[in-house]
Amino acid sequence: MSRVVFLEDRCKGCLLCVAVCPSQILRPSGRSNRNGYEMVEMSPEGKCIGCASCAFMCPDVAIRVFRTSPAGKRRKA
Amino acid sequence: MSELLKARAGEKLIFDHPSVLSEAVTHYCPGCHHGIAHRLVAEVLEELELASRAIMVASVGCSVISYDYISVDSVESPHGRACAVATGVKRARPDTIVFTYQGDGDMGAIGLAESLHAAARGEHITAVFVNNTVYGMTGGQMAPTTLLGQKTTTTPMGRRMELEGGPVHMAEMMSQLAGVAYAERCSLDSVRHIRAAQDAIRKAFSIQAKGLGFSFVELLSGCPTNWHMDPVRANTRIREEMIPVFPLGVYKDITAQAVPVIADKVVEGRS
Ligand SMILES: Cc1ncc(C[n+]2csc(CCOP(=O)(O)OP(=O)(O)O)c2C)c(N)n1
Ligand code: SF4
Ligand code: SF4
Repeated sequence: MSRVVFLEDRCKGCLLCVAVCPSQILRPSGRSNRNGYEMVEMSPEGKCIGCASCAFMCPDVAIRVFRTSPAGKRRKA
Repeated sequence: MSELLKARAGEKLIFDHPSVLSEAVTHYCPGCHHGIAHRLVAEVLEELELASRAIMVASVGCSVISYDYISVDSVESPHGRACAVATGVKRARPDTIVFTYQGDGDMGAIGLAESLHAAARGEHITAVFVNNTVYGMTGGQMAPTTLLGQKTTTTPMGRRMELEGGPVHMAEMMSQLAGVAYAERCSLDSVRHIRAAQDAIRKAFSIQAKGLGFSFVELLSGCPTNWHMDPVRANTRIREEMIPVFPLGVYKDITAQAVPVIADKVVEGRS
C-alpha cells in the first residue's frame, strides 16, 4: 500500500487535501502544530492508492507521497 | 519523522519539495492558492532547467515577498510596474528567462497600461497572473476582476454594473495583442485544473525560451480570507461562480505558425 507523510510544521489545516482524496482517508488529527494550526493525518486503517492528489492540492507543500510499485504490491500479496 | 521520510523497500517518493522553492513556510493564509501557483512555477523552472538563468520580477500584493519563496534571482517592482521592469531586465539581459508574478489588483488595475503595452510590444517575458477577484493584501477591496454582485469592502452591496462596471477579462484582452504569443486561462480549484495549469506555465516558459513573444497565464485562484469562506468552499466558488464568467482555455497560441528564433536575435530585430 502507498502512503503519505504530513510535514506537520508546514500544515495549515486548510483541509483541501481531505476534500480531494479519492479514498477519503485523510482527516483532521485533533492535534495542533506550533503555529496553532490543526494538522491533518491519514487514518491508520486508510488504504492510500498513491495518486498524489492531496500533495498536488496542498498550497504549503506539506505532503510527501510514497507510491508502492505494482511489483512491490504483488510481493506483499 | 526522518525515518518516515525515507522510501522503504518497494516504495518510490513520487511527490517531493521542488528544489527551486525555498523551504520557508509562507506567510499566506491557510488554503491560499498563491502557494500552489508558486510551487507550479518552481516545478516548471526546475523541470525545464531554467532556474539558474531565471529572473523573477515580483509585484505588490500578498505575493510581494514571493522572492523569499521562489529561489531564483529577483527584482521587486513598484505596484503594477512589473512588466515595465521586466522589459528592462530582459532587454538588458536577453539571455535570461524573465517572468512577472502579479495579482489582479497589481496587473489589472494600477498596472494595466504597463502590462498591456509590454504585451503589445511582444516583450520576451512571461507573466503569471493570479486572479482572485479582490485586493487581498489590503483587506479585500474590489479589483477589476471582481464579479458582478460580489461583496467586497468597497462594494458592500455587491458590485453593480451601473456604478463599478463589469469584470476585466485579462486573458481575452491579451489574446488581441499582436505581440502576444501565448495566452491561457487556468484554475487552481481542482487537481485536474492544477495539472493543466502546470502544463500552461510550462508552455509559457518554453515559448519565452524559444524567443517567440510575450506569454501570459491567468490562474483563477482562491482568497478564502477576503471571500469570508473556508478553503474548500472557496474552491466551490471558483468552480460555480468564477469559471462561468472567466472561461478556461487557450486564448492564443502562435506556436503552430511561428518560426523559432533565438531570443537575442529577436530582441535585436525589434529594437
Ligand atoms: C502605488 C501604490 N498604491 C497602492 C498600494 C496599496 N496596495 C498594496 S497591495 C494592493 C492590492 C494588491 O492586490 P492584488 O494584486 O489583487 O494581489 P493579492 O493581494 O490579491 O494577491 C494595493 C492597492 C501600494 N502598495 N502602492
Ligand atoms: S495519495 Fe491519493 S489516496 Fe493517498 S492520501 Fe493522498 S489523495 Fe488520498
Ligand atoms: S489575503 Fe487572500 S490572497 Fe492574501 S494570503 Fe490571504 S488568502 Fe492569500
